[in-house]
Amino acid sequence: MSDILEFKNTLISGFAALEKSLNGQSKKAFHSVRKEALTKFEHADFPNIKNEEWRHTNISPILKHTFNPLSDASLLSSADVQKFVFGDAFKYVMVFINGKFHPELSTLDNLPEGLIVKSIAAANEENNTVVEKHLGKYALSDGQIFTALSTAYTFDGAFINVKAGKVIEDSVHILFITDSRNEKLITQPRNLFVAEKNSHASVLEHYVSLQDDVYFTNAVTEVVVEENAFFDHVKLQEESKKAFHISRMEINQKRSSNFTSHAVSLGGIISRNDVNSKFNEDGGECTLNGLFMIEGSQLSDTHTLIDHAKPHCNSHEHYKGILDDSSRGVFNGKVIVRQDAQKTNAFQQNNNILLSTDAVINTKPQLEIFADDVKCSHGATIGQLDEEAMFYLKTRGIGDDIGRGMLLHAFASDVVKSIKLQPVRDYIETILSRKFNQ
Amino acid sequence: MLLEIKNLYANVEGKEILRGINLTVNKGEIHAIMGPNGSGKSTLANVLAGHSSFEVTKGEVFYNGKNLLELSPEDRAREGIFLAFQYPVELPGVSNTNLLKTAVNEIRKYRGEEQMDAVDFLQMIKQKMKLVELDDSLLRRSVNEGFSGGEKKRNEIFQMAVLEPTLAILDETDSGLDIDALRVVANGVTKLKSAENATIVVTHYQRLLNYIVPDFVHVLSKGRIVKSGGKELAVELEEKGYDWIKEKVVA
Ligand SMILES: Nc1ncnc2c1ncn2[C@@H]1O[C@H](COP(=O)(O)OP(=O)(O)OP(=O)(O)O)[C@@H](O)[C@H]1O
Ligand SMILES: [Mg+2]
Repeated sequence: MSDILEFKNTLISGFAALEKSLNGQSKKAFHSVRKEALTKFEHADFPNIKNEEWRHTNISPILKHTFNPLSDASLLSSADVQKFVFGDAFKYVMVFINGKFHPELSTLDNLPEGLIVKSIAAANEENNTVVEKHLGKYALSDGQIFTALSTAYTFDGAFINVKAGKVIEDSVHILFITDSRNEKLITQPRNLFVAEKNSHASVLEHYVSLQDDVYFTNAVTEVVVEENAFFDHVKLQEESKKAFHISRMEINQKRSSNFTSHAVSLGGIISRNDVNSKFNEDGGECTLNGLFMIEGSQLSDTHTLIDHAKPHCNSHEHYKGILDDSSRGVFNGKVIVRQDAQKTNAFQQNNNILLSTDAVINTKPQLEIFADDVKCSHGATIGQLDEEAMFYLKTRGIGDDIGRGMLLHAFASDVVKSIKLQPVRDYIETILSRKFNQ
Repeated sequence: MLLEIKNLYANVEGKEILRGINLTVNKGEIHAIMGPNGSGKSTLANVLAGHSSFEVTKGEVFYNGKNLLELSPEDRAREGIFLAFQYPVELPGVSNTNLLKTAVNEIRKYRGEEQMDAVDFLQMIKQKMKLVELDDSLLRRSVNEGFSGGEKKRNEIFQMAVLEPTLAILDETDSGLDIDALRVVANGVTKLKSAENATIVVTHYQRLLNYIVPDFVHVLSKGRIVKSGGKELAVELEEKGYDWIKEKVVA
């Protein structure tokens, strides 16, 4: 209990310091949202395993550390940053270090007309109406301790706005680097992506760290995909293997919009990802795919919710996990098909491979269907590698190690191959090749 | 002598399936094994390939003078044994090319030979593909995934053509094939035949044996070879079925 109090107190007193540093921004309208969120944070429960949503994910280890919410500026050179970008594959790169946007390390020259890429702080500074309209409207803070904290501390973060009718061919790479060499930090990336009517854009949200340090990332991303817009999102989580990563993504879909997300999670001692998508109008399309590969004592938890509130929407969900050593995985896939949502198609798959007898996965589909004319399916598998497949390879002269690698690579690739951002796909393929020794 | 099976007994899940098999195969020979459903044909094939579900309880198998039963399945393959499966498994995400490249190089490694470079490999693959009249696109696709029954069987023969085994065991590679596919499969086998290798074809149908002419035909029943003969035995079996042999055994 006292741990929780201490955790809260550190962040509450941090807020006072943040306010001072905000200068002019503390006089903007959004600041009252921050203050309100801080109050909600103060009163929210810290999740424990008695809470159904956190049953398999004990995050109390977070409380064993004191995380500084306001880091001193980290001085990284562009050489430090270079190793995390994909050469010049991405035309636009936003670099954040310890949550702070660094324009001097970013590449945002020659943005095309109709593509707005800037920090939330900069957008707030100029009273951006899109930010005012959407920020904090989907990821609500009530009873959500981490969202409340994120909202209270909202300052920098990535704001991407594609104007109506704009088709942006080049993707934006948003790179969050944590430099926790000097002290344990909590960084709170807060992102807002708004794809307006008939627009088309893609984004990579990328989390890395300079070293294998202990720190805490609390990320909240809100996505609005307006009528007939297409938004392609990839999240690549390569945090330190000692870090805590808690993230929430809220997707708000309008008529005939199309949202795709691929989440590849590799890092973090404990990571928890909430991905919630809502069809607010007819005819939307939503794809949520994911791959997590964990080892040691890592814990990776993904909770997804697809809310079919309106008819004629399709959702496809495919998550895969590969768990080694004594790692633990959780997949909870909730799909709600509301009474109005006739002609819904909702497909969900979760496949896991346990490489060790100590690894554990808890997988649970949760379908709540209130409409009658719908097609829904779900399936979950937990297993070892297919023995018959292994034997087949052996009869071709391919022994245990290489055969295993081939099958695991194939299993993982299945999710990766549908990533449209080619440099990211290639990069993940390289990771897979290295891991599965081919 | 390439293969010598002596008084082989094998169990699966505690059930005795092979009950004293004796069979000798020399280089240059083609042997056909026929027999009713459930008589143990696939079991024999799997035991020779080294499937771990089958437990050899008695008997010996020598291959090229080596004790086959002591070799791991992958080493058997590297020593030149190839099994074309009755029901080839699907390997989603593993491309045919990747499978074969890895297989070729693993086999070469075992034999102390150099790895094959990508250009040579591709050339070799192209040539073998013609042999089985296989479509290029199947190369890039995942092994057997979404293949039709006939494509799967052809793919097995294609793999055989690439790996050039010394002893090929074809488990009902002809079942379910239309006459064109059957001809392709049979041609493949015939073209690959040499004085240095041998083939065991497991089949239910004399039809295949019009194309692949066996030197010997064996009838397997209840885990034993109950009759052996020349190619005319296959014709007789097709006409009369297996009952007359079973009766003879009982008598
Ligand atoms: N993995 C297994 N587990 C249990 N029983 C098995 C297994 N494999 C084979 N059997 C049993 O062993 C016996 C012989 O099977 P096998 O597949 O060798 O027959 P077969 O001669 O190939 O038949 P078919 O002509 O139908 O292919 C059958 O009774 C079968 O049910
Ligand atoms: Mg059989």
